[in-house]
Amino acid sequence: MATAVAPLPQVSADRIAPEARGWTSWITTTDHKRIGVLYMVTTFVFFCLGGVEALMMRLQLGTPDNTLVAPVIYNQLFTMHGTTMVFLFVVPMMAGLANYFVPLMIGARDVAFPRLNALSYWLLLTGGIVFYASLFFNPPEAGWTSVVPLASSTYSPSGGEDAWIYLIHLTGLSSILGAINLYVTIANMRARGMSWGRLPLFVWAILTYSVLIILAIPVIAAAVTMLLTDRHFGTHFFDAANGGSALLWQHLFWFFGHPEVYIMVLPGFGLISEIVPVFARKPIFGYKAIAAATVAIAFLGFLTWAHHMFTAPVPEAILIFVMLSSFLIAVPTGVKVLNWIATLWRGTVEFKTPLIFCVGGIALFVIGGLSGVFLATFPIDWQVNETYFVVAHLHFVLIGGSVFTVFAAIYYWFPKITGRMLNESLGKLSFALMFIGVLCTFLLQHVMGLDGMPRRVYEYDPVGHLQLYNVISTVGSFLIGAGVLVTILNVARSISHGVTAGPDPWKANTLEWFTTSPPPANNFDVVPQVRSAEPMKDIRREVERRSSGAPSRGGSTVPTGATQIGI
Amino acid sequence: MGQLSSAALAFFTPQSGGSPNANHIDSLYKITLYIALVVFVLVEGGLLYALVRFRARKGAVAAQIRGNTRLELGWTIGAAVILIALAVLTFAKLSSIENPSNSSAAGDQLAGGERLYASIDRKLPPNGKALSINVIGRQYIWQFVYPGASEPDGLGAPYSYEQMVVPTETTVTLDIVSDDVLHSWWIPALGGKFQALPGYHSYTWFKIKKPGIYRGQCAILCGRSHARMIATVKAVPPAQFDAWLAYQKKLLSEANAQAKVARAKLSAQTGAGQVENP
Repeated sequence: MATAVAPLPQVSADRIAPEARGWTSWITTTDHKRIGVLYMVTTFVFFCLGGVEALMMRLQLGTPDNTLVAPVIYNQLFTMHGTTMVFLFVVPMMAGLANYFVPLMIGARDVAFPRLNALSYWLLLTGGIVFYASLFFNPPEAGWTSVVPLASSTYSPSGGEDAWIYLIHLTGLSSILGAINLYVTIANMRARGMSWGRLPLFVWAILTYSVLIILAIPVIAAAVTMLLTDRHFGTHFFDAANGGSALLWQHLFWFFGHPEVYIMVLPGFGLISEIVPVFARKPIFGYKAIAAATVAIAFLGFLTWAHHMFTAPVPEAILIFVMLSSFLIAVPTGVKVLNWIATLWRGTVEFKTPLIFCVGGIALFVIGGLSGVFLATFPIDWQVNETYFVVAHLHFVLIGGSVFTVFAAIYYWFPKITGRMLNESLGKLSFALMFIGVLCTFLLQHVMGLDGMPRRVYEYDPVGHLQLYNVISTVGSFLIGAGVLVTILNVARSISHGVTAGPDPWKANTLEWFTTSPPPANNFDVVPQVRSAEPMKDIRREVERRSSGAPSRGGSTVPTGATQIGI
Repeated sequence: MGQLSSAALAFFTPQSGGSPNANHIDSLYKITLYIALVVFVLVEGGLLYALVRFRARKGAVAAQIRGNTRLELGWTIGAAVILIALAVLTFAKLSSIENPSNSSAAGDQLAGGERLYASIDRKLPPNGKALSINVIGRQYIWQFVYPGASEPDGLGAPYSYEQMVVPTETTVTLDIVSDDVLHSWWIPALGGKFQALPGYHSYTWFKIKKPGIYRGQCAILCGRSHARMIATVKAVPPAQFDAWLAYQKKLLSEANAQAKVARAKLSAQTGAGQVENP
């Protein structure tokens, strides 16, 4: 079908208005890419702070009766560590990646509400700063779950608990606004031809992540508001002595808390589904199955919250229902893992750092997934709940599903953001240190839990080999720290000295590689027509055909601008 | 060789051997472990094989496959079948884990001396006879209250702190409550853990065969000294337990008598209204 070629815009926006420069431009920016960078840098700083807290805890546990930190400091450390990693690192880091890349991947010029987007970021930063300001007064010490009655004003009178509530409210509001923004962007601003069946899988994951945030965060917002009024205005929502219920907190918290787990790992799964096909040089295996599994996991994620409460006084009918729903959620999760392996199968796998981090993440996530089956079986959970077994489980899940995939994304997308490649050797070194470190730190923690060591203790009885296990775990945690440091050095070095990347260094599949690296303020001068789930593959093929002199097939579905900008 | 593999298994399994419910959880755990190990080897092995076998080499061309409906349906059903099998196994084991068995013939005769009431949460042995002990969690100590109140309003029952004393061969049911914050009762070798939550009762049971001391500690964050909230269960032969309980009662009534005298003396000096009930 030969149709007339639409006239191309001859003047592009980034040539009209000079690009804003200087530090004030970062504060006033509404550009999704700059806000994305702000998100990523900020959350990475919080990741490092949370990591330092973790290392201090591991140092304390290096010997059974260590007095390195006082019991109260130890409680503050694990409270800050958990809260930081969940609310100030993983969730907003995914928001940052989505901010930068969702508009680029769907061929949009910004998000739907750019100013709302800036508000989301500044709310996050304010929440984080107030939370960390509590370090100079009294940091919270009731754990990242702030379980009542311990978090009530009677047992935690200090303002640290209120700083925690403040953080949950601000980061929650930030996440909700950000999620609405991303949802509207994905629903309305996709390039011509990008139907739901051609949406990149990372974008599918972010769409689902947004829905989960919009549905789950209001629940925790209500719960912490009730806690706030209980603490300061004399209500008794959670006070058993006055007609309230301490169990209610657990229900509300975990009704949010379990979907939160999927808010953290689904974007990671999306990253794996983007990166693995690129380096296997093969299309993703079972695109529809993966997209459907994402949605199924999100739905089932709302039915499993009480598996965090198997030891609480809840009726047996609930225990059985939740055990079965938790088993059920293992099916779509398992399906994804098998799809990724099938994507590698019969491919030509190039061992670049992004791929290695993805594959390492899958390997770790599988361990966490399998220990999850033990925890979902409630009689077994009665033995392992609240022990180091759970600590091991959640770290395998979140490090495999979120941290390693975020590192994969850093190595994958750094060239797009900065226009320079990260160093491959340093990247591989970083991976090796982190992967071995995670295995050393967390594998034996399963055994510690089985041997009777509860979590959140600052000292322990050195029965059996507990001390040896703890020493190995501490050494491992410092290996992880060293691995993270190598990546930080890599970024610092490559930002000015890295090899120039060009627009599409990986020969990838999605539209962000269609524009220059770094992209101009308006992202694209022309947005190509999308004809499949892998638009860049189509464009490269078209360009090859044209440059070899063969006549183009069926008129021009690719704007001629593609040849100038894309390759 | 057998010894080595059983040692390796003990390394990777929960504690057990104290009470039938702990043993049944342990055997359920082991079945799950075997299945999980097979899945682990297959999945991680498949991943590793794919990486090594299909690494980029000269002349290698990636097969452009987008999926295989039959294969995908197959592994979805396969995963579901494994999980259904696990659910069936759990249901088969559930009754022996949750429902207390009767005390052995050699068990304590005191057990069942008072009438207990079963409820949907609280399970009793088939003959309805068990030694019921109240467990009270408190920052940062466990209190245990035994049956045998000397006064009609339930007061004057013997109690102990930190160490619970129980008779062997006897079914013991626990009624777990908290006085302040959330605690969690856990003696690994005697079965699972249960929350002590203000305003609620949790119930569990155990039956110990071998005399000895079984260790545990509060399993959920309860404040700054959470790590030091230790609990032990000391199992002694029934006769010894009866003697211990009688002695505790005697001590208690003696102390109460002394307090009565002291109180009378004090109220004679200061006036009756000034003296609180101890």
